[in-house]
Amino acid sequence: MTEKQTRRDFVSDQEVRWCPGCGDYAILAAVQKCLADTGATPENSVFISGIGCSSRFPYYMKTYGFHSIHGRAPSIASGLKLSNPDLDVWVITGDGDALSIGGNHILHALRRNVDLNIILFNNKIYGLTKGQYSPTSSEGTKSPTTPFGSVDYPINPFSLALGSGATFFARAIDVDAKSLGPILQAAKAHKGTSLIEVTQNCPIFNDGVWDAVTNRKTATSNQLRLEEGKPLLFEGGQKGIRLGEGLTPEIVEVGEGKASESELLVHKADGSDAYHAMLASMAAPEFPQPLGILKQVARPSYDELALAQVDQVLKERGKGDLNALLSSGMTWTVGPDGRPE
Amino acid sequence: MESSTTGTSNPGNIGSPTPVTPANGTEVEKVVVRFAGDSGDGMQLTGNEFTKAAALAGNDISTFPDFPAEIRAPAGSIAGVSGFQLHFSSTDIHTPGDAPDVLIAMNPAALKANIGDLQLGGTLLINTGAFTKPNVAKAGYESNPLDDEAQLKNYEVHLVDINKLVNTALEETGLTSKEKGRCKNFFALGLMCWRYQRDAQPQIDNILAKFKKRPAVGEANVLAFKAGYNYGLTAEVFQATYKVKPASFEPGRYRNITGNEAVALGMVAAGQLAECPVVFSGYPITPASTVFHYLSNYKNYGVTTFQAEDEIAGIGAAIGASYGGAIGVTASSGPGIALKGEAIGLAQIVELPLVIISVQRGGPSTGLPTKTEQSDLYQSLFGRNGECPLPIIAAKTPTDAFYCAIEATRLATKYMTPVILLSDGYIANGAEPWKLPEVDDLEPFPVKHLKDAEGWMPYKRDEETLARSWVVPGTKGMAHRVGGLEKDFLTGNVSYDPENHERMCKIREDKIMGISKDYGDFDIEGEESGDVLIIGWGGTHGALRQAVGVLREDGKSVSHLQIRHMWPLNPKLGDLMKNFNKILVCELNMGQLLMVLRSEYLVDATGYNKMQGKPFTVAEICNAVTELV
Ligand code: SF4
Repeated sequence: MTEKQTRRDFVSDQEVRWCPGCGDYAILAAVQKCLADTGATPENSVFISGIGCSSRFPYYMKTYGFHSIHGRAPSIASGLKLSNPDLDVWVITGDGDALSIGGNHILHALRRNVDLNIILFNNKIYGLTKGQYSPTSSEGTKSPTTPFGSVDYPINPFSLALGSGATFFARAIDVDAKSLGPILQAAKAHKGTSLIEVTQNCPIFNDGVWDAVTNRKTATSNQLRLEEGKPLLFEGGQKGIRLGEGLTPEIVEVGEGKASESELLVHKADGSDAYHAMLASMAAPEFPQPLGILKQVARPSYDELALAQVDQVLKERGKGDLNALLSSGMTWTVGPDGRPE
Repeated sequence: MESSTTGTSNPGNIGSPTPVTPANGTEVEKVVVRFAGDSGDGMQLTGNEFTKAAALAGNDISTFPDFPAEIRAPAGSIAGVSGFQLHFSSTDIHTPGDAPDVLIAMNPAALKANIGDLQLGGTLLINTGAFTKPNVAKAGYESNPLDDEAQLKNYEVHLVDINKLVNTALEETGLTSKEKGRCKNFFALGLMCWRYQRDAQPQIDNILAKFKKRPAVGEANVLAFKAGYNYGLTAEVFQATYKVKPASFEPGRYRNITGNEAVALGMVAAGQLAECPVVFSGYPITPASTVFHYLSNYKNYGVTTFQAEDEIAGIGAAIGASYGGAIGVTASSGPGIALKGEAIGLAQIVELPLVIISVQRGGPSTGLPTKTEQSDLYQSLFGRNGECPLPIIAAKTPTDAFYCAIEATRLATKYMTPVILLSDGYIANGAEPWKLPEVDDLEPFPVKHLKDAEGWMPYKRDEETLARSWVVPGTKGMAHRVGGLEKDFLTGNVSYDPENHERMCKIREDKIMGISKDYGDFDIEGEESGDVLIIGWGGTHGALRQAVGVLREDGKSVSHLQIRHMWPLNPKLGDLMKNFNKILVCELNMGQLLMVLRSEYLVDATGYNKMQGKPFTVAEICNAVTELV
């Protein structure tokens, strides 16, 4: 690239059709900017989505794009990565798409660690089908299918990621471009499946569902901005998280005559399982919501391993000769007289 | 039955229950042998080895393995009986034979489940060692069937305590009695090899090669094999041996092959002919899994395989691979194909090449997983939402499956469409000799990934084939979006325009129907006009062709057409059917092709159908035709 790329280079000619005020706009802009900033090319970037409001995303990107079927984007993306491993493959999905109908696929993508970047737009509602509660909706959510309130327990995307052996999990707020940008860049650079949960506001069907986290007035007390190697501090450094009894997180006041910073837990994206489980258990308003890169560990990606195996077999056996393969096993020859020789 | 070419001293003549002892080495034209035992008795292995011996001797062969759905149904139960039928002949044969001439029953359940099929006067070899009281009871017999003289006198019965003989033969090996028990199938193999004058040495070599990794087991099996072989020789158990002369084959190099292996090899060949890597993605399901097993071994042949988390992901990853420029392939059976339905529709609307191998089994639902049936033609034709036509090819025989895989790939890449390749449990597991093709004789069809943006639009079509171009992500200057929403006929952008939708539905239909332009002539047995035209498809080919041969020898005016391109149908089919007084559509379903033909051509065709998880017998078809005229 001679001239510096800008977000514009990744904007397609299609009219964006999300509702005014939808959090998706901000995420779209952040992703376009991330591609520009990281020197990505339109031809080597592919966006694959499922079904839902967020899944219209690929149409708005001036890259390769595949708007597929409900919940199945991770499987299509995995196949693409196997046939064309040099591509930078992104999966765009929502809470219904990824965690309900596509739950099985996201689980296995994470487990295999296919080199994909999955952006999970979590607005805790089905928008496109007009407002039914979703697998991340809180208990008691009133919706067209749950007029008396939902009774089922919501799924926690980070817990699912941990259970699936994910190597990268981050959480960011849709409109917080300043932190979303670097997270997207880190996800893109990560080898293996990166799962980014974006708390997304749906002003039409679930307005303010993330208020406890995103409200600017309460932000300092309800957001825990994770920084690698730094203690878990929030509220302008006045409060912190310490290891409490029974491996639980405990909120403590920090300062003179109170807890000292050295007592606090220190964030390590490649920390222990117990630490990650603790982060997973923390949610606003009881706790400040952890934001940033919650987990990042190194493990070879599936596509890397699978293709290395192909290379290995090729090295050991040489390029296969089809004639030899067809006649492998027991063969016999019939002579000109029509009888076996 | 063992039809003796001498015609005089035939032990298996219908209506002559008292066996006449033939001279040693009596020549017979063809023999049908069925090995039956508990699913843990190794009957499939025995059958396969015996098949190799027949092939090596130059006989024409056709096999029919028949095994239970449970891997290990309760030992000794009827549900756990596993069978392997082999038909070998000095003349051209197309089926594994209607009824066995020789039945080897390794236990009471095997006897009970199979004796009804044995030819009257046929040879019955019974492993008496397994006829213990508990085993007899487990098979559901009230008393020991060996005491049932009224039944046994219909056959030439040989009672051999294989358990004991094997135990004795393996006395020195130090194996446990359980391990020794596992060798008894090789005794049966040895005995049958002696009876049909097979060379022992190649068999012994085979066994040793097979158990290369466990030489002690291999040695024990060889001992059991030799014990059986020598027992035949010295104990004169059969009083006679038989010889089936080699059949006459076209000159060339041959091997045995099952349908699933042929499909797998066909996909490898297709990838090379298309000069394009193959990515297979699937999920285990009976009876399709072995296609996946074979392909997983061919990693140095341009094949990548992926075991997905479920059937949907199986096809999803195959679509993703095709999107990325490879030939995406998936394989399954009815229940799995049902799950893939939505994704097949996606592949159809985004117009990407994809090969979907459907190895049919008994349905509906889980149905009869290990039994054959042809009841998924409707599923292939109609099993998707919306107007979603796609090409369907049905393999006729195990060897034909190789060529069908190539043809399916050729159509998929030429017309940018998913293609369904239908096989069935009978083709998948049945084996026949295959004259190996020269790879150089197979016609290449190199695929084109368009790289030139000049004049290109994502949905601009080739005027002749109506196919859009295959533009692979990574190609500069051609980034575009595809998806499951209806798209503009040229730009591919989402379009809700009513006229455009109708236009796109028609264009997708026209593209598929246009494929029939590529079809060659019909492969008809018999004249192109006459009294009866038998129409079949898929794995019934052998039985139908053989039956038509019999009927024609009888002077009947009968012809046979086995349809290979199930959709679109050959445009000449309508005229062909008009040349016959009667059309008989024979299928292992309740009349699916029949309905299609009736609705497409308003033809007064009759169906002959069977739903027993078993192939047609030649006799059934002959009777059906006789009744019709
Ligand atoms: S319904 Fe909600 S999520 Fe969907 S586009 Fe509108 S605001 Fe966004």
